Amino acid sequence: MAAPRVIVVGAGPAGTRAAELLAAAGLRPTVVDEGRASGGQIYRRQPPGFRRDARTLYGTEAGRATALHATFDGLGPAIEYLPETLAWNIHGGALYVQREERARRLPFDALLIATGATDRMIPLPGWTLPGAFSLGAAQIALKAQACAIGSRVVFLGTGPLLYLVASQYVKAGAQVAAVLDTAPPGARWKGLPLMAARPALLAKGAVLIAQLMRAGVTMRRGVVPRRVLADAAGTRVAGVAIATPDGGEEVIACDAVGMGWHLRAESQLADLAGCAFDFDADSRQWLPRADEDGRASAPGIYLAGDSARILGADGAEIAGRLAALAVLKDLGLPAPPGQDVAALRRQRQVMDRFRRGLALAFPWPAGLVASLPDETLVCRCEAITAGALRQSATELDAPEMNRAKAFSRTGMGRCQGRFCGIAGAEIVAAARGVPVEVAGRLRGQAPVKPLPVAALADDASTLEST
Amino acid sequence: MADAGSRIMTTPPAATAPLLRRLGETHRAPVAFTIDGQPATALEGDTLLTALLLNAGALRQSEFGDGPRAGFCLMGACQDCWVWTEDGGRLRACGTPVQPSLRIVTREAPWPPLG
Repeated sequence: MAAPRVIVVGAGPAGTRAAELLAAAGLRPTVVDEGRASGGQIYRRQPPGFRRDARTLYGTEAGRATALHATFDGLGPAIEYLPETLAWNIHGGALYVQREERARRLPFDALLIATGATDRMIPLPGWTLPGAFSLGAAQIALKAQACAIGSRVVFLGTGPLLYLVASQYVKAGAQVAAVLDTAPPGARWKGLPLMAARPALLAKGAVLIAQLMRAGVTMRRGVVPRRVLADAAGTRVAGVAIATPDGGEEVIACDAVGMGWHLRAESQLADLAGCAFDFDADSRQWLPRADEDGRASAPGIYLAGDSARILGADGAEIAGRLAALAVLKDLGLPAPPGQDVAALRRQRQVMDRFRRGLALAFPWPAGLVASLPDETLVCRCEAITAGALRQSATELDAPEMNRAKAFSRTGMGRCQGRFCGIAGAEIVAAARGVPVEVAGRLRGQAPVKPLPVAALADDASTLEST
Repeated sequence: MADAGSRIMTTPPAATAPLLRRLGETHRAPVAFTIDGQPATALEGDTLLTALLLNAGALRQSEFGDGPRAGFCLMGACQDCWVWTEDGGRLRACGTPVQPSLRIVTREAPWPPLG
């Protein structure tokens, strides 16, 4: 019998640990990675020729980052590594991938999806201006390019990344104008009992905030942002306007803003594989259903890392191992020695308690999103306004997001709703007076990212033979 | 193939002050490339997005007429950072390394203004 064909999509913490374990079991998994080198986003590597050391790049996580990179690099020929390769569809028991202008169909017996997350975004008025970036972008600019997104930067949103990126900017010598957290001042205490599951990480967070305070960075909680302001020419960011208690506005001047409200799971492939999704009330987003080891509802599909549950990098390493062990078990193969599934499951539960604590401490400001002004560009790909989306939900009677997308084109642009879909559902739900889960979620569509037409032309001629 | 000369300039040139600020890693070899017909310099290992935004204030004009755009996520998810080349090609700037042969157009605005 031929060796089972196992594919891992993603080479971040979850994908790396999964690939390591599958290789240790004697399989030769295929690892599909959109990046040029393994590491994913959080442990993204700087390009060749850059000289900063791991401590500068990854701070307290330097040891974990270098260990993960070393593990992946050490796998060598024990895996088939496909870097700079996009996984863009799943159909008929095969994964469809593309690199440059070549598309391939990769049949699989088991597919482990570890595609990570992106920033969860609020389409605040002015968010399309040059100088407005996601928090993840602000971090990538620094980590992978040694650049700041501006000369005087505001960080706006909520979640651990808000404080992490701000502190990384301060350390790198960039000027941070303010850290504006939309979480109410008391929210942190609500999250504390669950976050106490990981006291060491909690302490790291406290140190970050203390460092920002010592650096004299303005930090506000309970911020109600109104919009990102443009300069007189309308060509770049000039400030952030926030509401004051008396109903007025305060402007914080800056030339760049990094914004994000924790993370959203990158779950399109699970959707295309036919996996069931459930609404997760804690994080207020739809997530693919998985058992405690990462088995999805569709046979042969396994989920690990932030694309399944936002457990963070450490949680992703554990989830990657668990999912790989599940793959082996279901294929009837023995696990490599030294794997303690029960211990891994317990660790994952600890990570999940912390996740729920974070959701309480840094809540998604649903009310703010629902009340965005009509003129707000919700869909940045195609410049569709909140007003047009509301109209599709009310006058045109779209009961949920996919119908509203058909009427308004919100979510139909190049980003496929990654940056407008979650906010769009809040707007549709509020306009119809229903809970946000009733407004549903945008279905994944292939290709999950734009493809060169040449790749598809090539596809037709090569698919049959592979 | 697009004829750059036939496009209508409906907006003033985007603010030319660079958007990004380089904080280090300046020892790398320079790379010469072209923005809007003008010579520009970046460093080896810069992405096209970095190279452009250290020389200019935007990557392109939105085709929906709502103004200039300069990318958003830098991780290949938002697709906001695509740029035009002089011969009408499109590149995703955040994932493309800068190369000496690149001739990028940021100011052309063949799109009608919004509203």
